[in-house]
Amino acid sequence: MEVKFDVVINFYKHFILRRKKERLRRTTPSLHQPLPSSTPGHFSCEMGELVTEKHVRYILSVEKRKDNFESVVMEHLRMNGAYWGLTALDLLGKLDTVDVDEVVSWMLSCQHELGGFAGNVGHDPHILYTLSAVQVLALFDKLDAIDVDKVTNYIVSLQNEDGSFSGDMWGEVDTRFSYIAICCLSILHRLDKINVEKAVKYIISCKNMDGGFGCTPGGESHAGQIFCCVGALALTGSLDLVDKDLLGWWLCERQVKSGGLNGRPEKLPDVCYSWWVLSSLIMIDRVHWISKEKLIKFILDCQDTENGGISDRPDDAVDVFHTYFGVAGLSLLEYPGLKPIDPAYALPVDVVNRIFFTK
Amino acid sequence: MESRSGKSEVEEEEEHRRVPLSERAEWSDITPIPQDDGPNPVVPISYTKDFVEVMDYFRAVYFADERSPRALSLTAEAIHLNAGNYTVWHFRRLLLESLKVDLREELGFVERIATDNSKNYQIWHHRRWVAEKLGPDARSNELEFTKKILSVDAKHYHAWSHRQWVLQALGGWEDELNYCTELLEEDIFNNSAWNQRYFVITKSPFLGGLKAMKENEVLYTIEAIVACPENESSWRYLRGLYKGEITSWVNDPQVSSTCLKILRTKSNYLFALSTILDLICLGYQPNREITDAVVALKTPDMDELDQDIARNICSILEHVDPIRANYWIWRKSRILQSA
Repeated sequence: MEVKFDVVINFYKHFILRRKKERLRRTTPSLHQPLPSSTPGHFSCEMGELVTEKHVRYILSVEKRKDNFESVVMEHLRMNGAYWGLTALDLLGKLDTVDVDEVVSWMLSCQHELGGFAGNVGHDPHILYTLSAVQVLALFDKLDAIDVDKVTNYIVSLQNEDGSFSGDMWGEVDTRFSYIAICCLSILHRLDKINVEKAVKYIISCKNMDGGFGCTPGGESHAGQIFCCVGALALTGSLDLVDKDLLGWWLCERQVKSGGLNGRPEKLPDVCYSWWVLSSLIMIDRVHWISKEKLIKFILDCQDTENGGISDRPDDAVDVFHTYFGVAGLSLLEYPGLKPIDPAYALPVDVVNRIFFTK
Repeated sequence: MESRSGKSEVEEEEEHRRVPLSERAEWSDITPIPQDDGPNPVVPISYTKDFVEVMDYFRAVYFADERSPRALSLTAEAIHLNAGNYTVWHFRRLLLESLKVDLREELGFVERIATDNSKNYQIWHHRRWVAEKLGPDARSNELEFTKKILSVDAKHYHAWSHRQWVLQALGGWEDELNYCTELLEEDIFNNSAWNQRYFVITKSPFLGGLKAMKENEVLYTIEAIVACPENESSWRYLRGLYKGEITSWVNDPQVSSTCLKILRTKSNYLFALSTILDLICLGYQPNREITDAVVALKTPDMDELDQDIARNICSILEHVDPIRANYWIWRKSRILQSA
């Protein structure tokens, strides 16, 4: 099985999305009911089309199917699930089907007294969930609902002497956490509260001879870690430290014959890398080096055109995690009808603009 | 392998029939604390009965900060049901410390959990915490443990990450280069093993660093490249051996002659050709043999060849690697710019 890239990855299949009960009854059809196609022609065309309506319904219906195992494992990382589902809905233009107040009040109840957010109510805070919470609040334009200084203090406390970041107070260090800290503070306009120079230096110490980045110095280059490192460097204005041509060549070598992207040499392609590889290529301005058409086709081939949702590879079972990454990837590829997403913040461009240009 | 008798009582019990905590005498003094799903729980999650009960008792001992053996076995039960919960692992570490548990036993526990959840970050973090406490005594055990995982999945990212930490923190470098060679014999395309090889030759305190290793490593890598010229990993490794030594990279006849050898086979020559292109862009002057070998790759369906060898190479690559056609067009445009 492909190594997935997140704390949750083995367990992402279902998550809980909170919204009005009435809406649920009104708009979510039974999964077995045949659905009218909103995109005529997608059965006959060689390249399918994005079955937008079905994906929206799929995301909204996930909470109805509470498979026991998955609800157990999702319990502690609902916050990530909320980010994936809600961001995908926003890109699909359907965020208004969600009850904002309900989500926000649940999120706030996940905030720990130390300032960080937990994966769910009553759990311990972790930087992973803190970013998801901040991103979702940004999505709803509700950043004023939190005590920004408190969140900032939490993140600042996680920076280590060498510039790296720990994920929580117990110390696991990884370049993922450098990105998360930098992205979070940037959204909160508090980037000046950490030692950016040291943070950048640590990330650069994780750069490999192939131009890519690993989780710690010497760690193998991996597309997910590359996204985190390149994203952090982009957000701190340090992209000049990336060997863009060398890294761009490594990244575009990730495209395989089927059009999909893998995360490391000789691994299978996976829809989630549509996000990690593609966003990195965009940030270093080399995205035209891959075949966009073939990648679009690969992502569309991973759709469940009957019931909605996107899977890792064609014919596999769909899940919310890959649905988000598939939609986000298509958004980066400027697929018609989707809101554009910012490759560094992993938020819709209009949300990022609102954060930086209206306040 | 852990023997069955090595399992704790709780685990043995798990395997037979789980007795609810509410029916166990030793837990009768505890009032479980139910999950608070926050204000306005719209859709309560239907957790399994066992999971709900264990977590309710867990919350009770956690909030009471009860440092007892029964709390420790409760964390084991909770981890068995869901190995991804940070809080439970954290509390387990506090308990291990307070109760002064023999941490070698804890490694066995982690190993059993890892059998089903080896891609879970918490397990590896916990494992590192335990190994760190045990110090150099844990070295061979940790190297064996990662080896066992890598024997099943040779590209396991967490296992490699842990192994690199063990080498740096606890030592054990002596056999690591041989281990890389073994893995590459099994699968020459294993990028993780190539990465580890680079890690070893650049960081091992016993090998003298990249400069001292370069000559042998170049020979080793060239052999690997000739055996499988389509292997991205070995080509990148070769380039890495010349880190910071562009002149040596451009002028080493071993590199260009390897490329030539592959070009002449007219198969799997993409990396050989792109390497020649890189070399030319860095100032290498291709000889007649190379030029002829490049021209010989032209197929009838290709456009008329250019006078410039580097532009010819780009055209060929554009043709044989159409998915990255834009990359090769860009490379060609750079040659025009510099001309």
